[in-house]
Amino acid sequence: MWKWLHPYAKAQTSYELAGKLIPWFTIVCCISFAVGLVWGLAFAPADYQQGDSFRIIYIHVPAAILSMGAYTSMAVAAFIGLVWQIRLSDMAVAAMAPVGAVFTFIALFTGAAWGKPMWGAWWVWDARLTSELILLFLYLGVIALYNAFSDKVLAGRAAGILTLVGVINIPIIHYSVEWWNTLHQGASITKFDKPSIALSMLWPLLIMLLAFATFFGALMLMRFRNEILQRESHRPWVKALVMGGK
Amino acid sequence: MINAFYQVMRRELLTAFRRIADVFNPLWFFIIVITLFPLGVGPEPQLLLRIAPGIIWVAALLASLLSLERLFKDDFSDGGLEQLMLSPYPLSLLVTAKIIAHWLLTGLPIILISPLIAVLLSLDFNTYWAVLFTLLIGTPILSFIGAIGVALTVGLRKGGVILSLIMLPLCIPVLIFSTMAIDAANFGQSYIGALAIMGAMLVTAITLAPFAVAASLRVSVS
Repeated sequence: MWKWLHPYAKAQTSYELAGKLIPWFTIVCCISFAVGLVWGLAFAPADYQQGDSFRIIYIHVPAAILSMGAYTSMAVAAFIGLVWQIRLSDMAVAAMAPVGAVFTFIALFTGAAWGKPMWGAWWVWDARLTSELILLFLYLGVIALYNAFSDKVLAGRAAGILTLVGVINIPIIHYSVEWWNTLHQGASITKFDKPSIALSMLWPLLIMLLAFATFFGALMLMRFRNEILQRESHRPWVKALVMGGK
Repeated sequence: MINAFYQVMRRELLTAFRRIADVFNPLWFFIIVITLFPLGVGPEPQLLLRIAPGIIWVAALLASLLSLERLFKDDFSDGGLEQLMLSPYPLSLLVTAKIIAHWLLTGLPIILISPLIAVLLSLDFNTYWAVLFTLLIGTPILSFIGAIGVALTVGLRKGGVILSLIMLPLCIPVLIFSTMAIDAANFGQSYIGALAIMGAMLVTAITLAPFAVAASLRVSVS
């Protein structure tokens, strides 16, 4: 496996691989977004208690899942960067952080918009909401720390360490609805044995999850490519790329 | 190895006592912040009793934040940090000594003046014990977590703001459980559960934070 992975530790190979992957992610993202949104917003049955306002689940839940998933993948990348000293994974951390922060914000914002008619308040200080807010702060801290260093190699390593320290928050968010008696409802789709959501509502949700995941992948890869170009701007292959007008 | 640990700690305490003002300044800050609240929200004892846990802990958090920069800053600028790294002993052990010394100089004084706070905020006896216990368990956690932040930002010219940005979110769990414990004591309930969770956090911080601090220092100094 190392032999297969090893070429990708080189910036140019990774840059080209990312370039090849972006169209696929974009295509899958566009299709699943279109299908999932139309199905979820127009054809899925309305909830018997919440009526049509439950439909925000198709934005809220995927964004929330991805906000945690993005942080976890940042932590994995940071760990790889720290242990095996692979610079590219530090770049990946930097590429993922702003995207994850925006996803966290989307989850919080859509949750607030849903909470107003349902709970009667924009914001409630319960465990799930608070820990998600802390996650947003963690993202902002990582981004701020990364931008504070002028030497981007050091910046990447520092941001990686901070990411690893903050990863302790992820299980807290995930289990907050079980550990504390919260207003936020418990998990409904991660219980694989018997999801507590009707199949006609579940399918569009899964498609939206795919859409958000590929959206995240595409954005992250684009930022990753830019990151590589900026950091490697003194290398001959980058100069050749720019001069070639490609 | 024990000797190296002891020597680093002794040196830290000695340099701090040579400039005793640095020890007292965060303490004054802590007391001043606490006096601001009764002036700001009104002096009714009922109200103060209700918000006391939040006041005490937010003030303690800010005071520890204020004093944290000193932890590595001087050693960073005069090269002492490089010497620590070059020594044959594990860096994580030596920074643990520094962090403990730092706690003795900033966390312990806060605990020592906590009876004064109890008078200022008109706490009853039971609540005061809860305050004491949470400070005793909680302030070392702040020192250990904060040390990671300082180690990451010590090389930066404007590290102060970044330090608070990255450290405060990590300290929120401490704040939540300590105020939970004090609140429970306020209502005459048992608060041992929240204390136990804080104890778990302390053990985790003591065992893991030194490694993160050592790794961060290597980034900052290189």
